[in-house]
Amino acid sequence: MKTVSSLLNEEWYERYKRISKLNIRSSIYDVTNKCNLRCKGCFFFSSGEHKAAKEQDDINKWKEFIDKEVQRGVNLAILIGGEPTLFMDRVEAFYDRLPTYCATNGQIKVDRERFPDMMVGISLWGDPEVEKKLRGKDTFAISSKNYEGDDYTYYLFTISPRQLGGIEPIVKRIEDHGLKVHMQLLSNDEGVDGFSWTEDQLRQAREEMDEMLIKYPKTVISSHYYHEVLTTQTMLGRKFGWKECPSVSINWDNREPQPKRLIRFIRWASDLETTHRCCTSQTRDCSTCMDGAAHMSWVMVNKRAHMQTTKDLQNWITVYEMFAKLYRFIPW
Amino acid sequence: MEATAVKIENESMENRVAQIIIEELKLEDVTPESFDKNLDLVDELGIDSMDLTAVVLVLQDEYSITIDEDDYPKLKNVSLIAKYIQDRLD
Repeated sequence: MKTVSSLLNEEWYERYKRISKLNIRSSIYDVTNKCNLRCKGCFFFSSGEHKAAKEQDDINKWKEFIDKEVQRGVNLAILIGGEPTLFMDRVEAFYDRLPTYCATNGQIKVDRERFPDMMVGISLWGDPEVEKKLRGKDTFAISSKNYEGDDYTYYLFTISPRQLGGIEPIVKRIEDHGLKVHMQLLSNDEGVDGFSWTEDQLRQAREEMDEMLIKYPKTVISSHYYHEVLTTQTMLGRKFGWKECPSVSINWDNREPQPKRLIRFIRWASDLETTHRCCTSQTRDCSTCMDGAAHMSWVMVNKRAHMQTTKDLQNWITVYEMFAKLYRFIPW
Repeated sequence: MEATAVKIENESMENRVAQIIIEELKLEDVTPESFDKNLDLVDELGIDSMDLTAVVLVLQDEYSITIDEDDYPKLKNVSLIAKYIQDRLD
């Protein structure tokens, strides 16, 4: 019978022990339907989710709701939107009650006296040219000033095909500002010309992501296995899609057989009553979903499937470590 | 004699719990008798809440007990699961 200790040497076993006790139960919250940008390809607006529910504007209702979420067992709140930093009181209501991650475009600075150790993930879609094309402005110019040297902030760099061959200068810019970066791939939900992936481009993306991890190990928070799974949408010979996705809201999950999934996961709309199908948009074709978090979670929830060989289990550990670092459950 | 009987009963329950785990997780190269009853199911065997739920459903049916999800952290190994069931039956 294969056990963890029979598959790992002492060094890997120590790495495993560091993460094996983390029992993360996350859920995602739309803090608001409003945003201070309108990016082409943003699933929230392209799928009409900003109109799915009228947002709750009574802060006491938010506090009551979050308390119930804590009772439900949630121990990591992932705040998205819209732009969460437009409503700092709502962000604070989460932060006061449980570990909180705030996704933002970085145009508004989170006050570190008020939120000293809240994890902040700044979205970045490419170099200034791509940013202007997709988001209407070079957001990095502002976000990098707002968060320079911040120990609890990283860039979530969504790579698009147009960025291939030019990833390194972006990673270098981030490093020069004393920040970290995690990479994922654009799902071209709005079908913007030239932003859909081909097989060759995905191969190239994987090579470049691997190269960045090797060249900038202190700046890039990632895992080679994550790159493999994300760019091939394949894990242990299984293809990603609706039947495999771990990030389906529990009340939407009628799949039979039930795949491995995030325990009690729900993505809530900002009325605090409506739920969304999954961590991205309901209109997205799951077979082409490139969501980094969904693929990362897909690996993480399939631990036993990675206990066939030493290499498989080591791969699983590197992805779990990446996740734990992104939320600072273990040090960078 | 009574102590011996209790010991046999415990062993029997531990073996049955081990058998259920082997069947539910489709474990290979192990029998209920050879299964290390103190093996940490989460840390060493890599089982998660969903795996444990599958095992718990069988245990609940077999022993006509209810196992609350809040008690899952107590069910760390076969020996502790058997003891938990025994306590509920007593």
